[in-house]
Amino acid sequence: MATQALPTRRPKHGKSQQALREERLAYLFIIPSLLIVIGVAFYPLFNTIYVTFFEARLGSSRAWEYIGLENYSRLLSSEQWWQAVWATVKFTVASVFFELLLGLGIALVVNSKFPGRGLMRTAMLVPWAIPTAISSQMWKWMYHDVFGVLNDLFTRIIPILPAKIAWVANAQTALWALVAVDVWKTTPFMALLLLAGLQLIPGDIYEAASVDGATGWRQFVTITLPMLRPAIVVALIFRTLDSLRVFDLVWIMTSGAFNTETMATFNQRNLIQFQSLGYGSTISVAIFVVIALFVVLYITTIFREQEV
Amino acid sequence: MAGSKRRGWGQDLLFWLVVIFIAIYTLFPFYWAVVSSLTPASALFATPVRYFPANPTFEAYMGIFRDPSFRQALLNSAIVALTTVILSLSVGSFGAYALGRLHFRGKTIVMYTILSMTMFPAIAILGSLFTMVRALGIYNTPYALILTYMTFTLPFTVWVLSNFFKSLPLELEQAAYVDGATPFQTFYMILLPLTAPGLVTTGLLAFINAWNEFLYAMTFTIDDRTRTVPVAIAMFSGDQLFEIPWGDIMAAAVVVTIPLVILVLVFQQRLVEGLTAGAVKG
Repeated sequence: MATQALPTRRPKHGKSQQALREERLAYLFIIPSLLIVIGVAFYPLFNTIYVTFFEARLGSSRAWEYIGLENYSRLLSSEQWWQAVWATVKFTVASVFFELLLGLGIALVVNSKFPGRGLMRTAMLVPWAIPTAISSQMWKWMYHDVFGVLNDLFTRIIPILPAKIAWVANAQTALWALVAVDVWKTTPFMALLLLAGLQLIPGDIYEAASVDGATGWRQFVTITLPMLRPAIVVALIFRTLDSLRVFDLVWIMTSGAFNTETMATFNQRNLIQFQSLGYGSTISVAIFVVIALFVVLYITTIFREQEV
Repeated sequence: MAGSKRRGWGQDLLFWLVVIFIAIYTLFPFYWAVVSSLTPASALFATPVRYFPANPTFEAYMGIFRDPSFRQALLNSAIVALTTVILSLSVGSFGAYALGRLHFRGKTIVMYTILSMTMFPAIAILGSLFTMVRALGIYNTPYALILTYMTFTLPFTVWVLSNFFKSLPLELEQAAYVDGATPFQTFYMILLPLTAPGLVTTGLLAFINAWNEFLYAMTFTIDDRTRTVPVAIAMFSGDQLFEIPWGDIMAAAVVVTIPLVILVLVFQQRLVEGLTAGAVKG
């Protein structure tokens, strides 16, 4: 457990009365927050790791049975787990890629001055503010195989499909249908983060570039993109971490059927529905490891590029 | 900004087409939820799809408000989200002040502890929280949700608020100390009121997070008495035998969406500030 420093009574040399009073107040102020965070987050986290070495059932009074690394070997040889990892990675890479692309486009548009710009920014916040559970239901209805508006749109109004598709009920389209919802829901967030980055770029750089005869595209590549880099990196990391733990969307739209089982739905199913506390917690730890790997991947690539 | 000068009408037209496309893309699902909620059930399950409600009716809305479990879910969501926010703000503002303004040993460790918690996957502690909630005897009560929601609202509140505190000018404390104020008085009477906008922003974001939460709400409740709105709407399908009541679901979705849209309209600037501050500095 993290050892937190406690206020000491011993006055330290070189510290004024004021500084000591300040320090005492600081501990007094931070301790409630720290205790709650340790109690409801850190302690459960260690508990989760501990229980992975046991055969333990949820809601059972039977004593835990120590089984060493058996849960881990079971997980690593589980085909379902690796399928879930693969589906989650595909989902994450695809949705983050399209979010970045669309988000950048929208940020550039909203960054230029036009009447109704404020309204546009408000509209962008709406998909972000809606509970995912609810937007999932909205899209599930739009995806409906017979009465859904998307099927009608693409077979009758803009006839690019030969026949109606059960978007979320077949293995070819289900995962991509989920990606589309995620992209719709989180692109605005991405766009807002990038917009904040764009607004930090001073306008006179562009003026100087125009005087030097740089075209719009050249300005974008040589000024906008490099200066936007920090914002892009932050947005990418945030969205990737979020996307790797996708749960609500999948649970509501497909319940993990049609090759859409993700790491988080696989975890909830084993832990709560099948009540395997030990095995389920092992899955939790594994998810943690996968997410940590992505963080390491991002950080190392960013640092390597910066050194060049 | 860039390229906005000397645009020909062709470019203008293209620009506006893009703007309109973005607006439709962003808002169409809501438009569709509203249209579906106003369409009589008989017309809803018919082809071809009608893009405007033919004989608009509020039947679906009256239906969901007659349903006691939906009203209960709305109430539960409000209670859980408001309590979580009030608790997080009242505990978190002290912690944020300590982190943002005061000097003490061990500050860096505390800061990283809190920051690591803001990026923490909720699913990772689901099993332990379940055991804890059972052991405390609060399974299937609002307390279970309030307690577990603190795992994400409190670190978030402390982190974002501490950034607000940091942004205030340093001279404030010095002036107060010179005038003989104690550190507590300085916090309570000078800095806390000044960070009121930060409290509003942080509270709003925490409220939206708690209001929208699904995984814990689904796992720690079992029946209509304690379910929150997202779970209730996700489980709407159960009652009818043949077809899922999409009209009712869409009406419920619109009802839950409207307060959020109003919040967004009123606090747009604040929300954007808070989001980008929390993310960019985090």
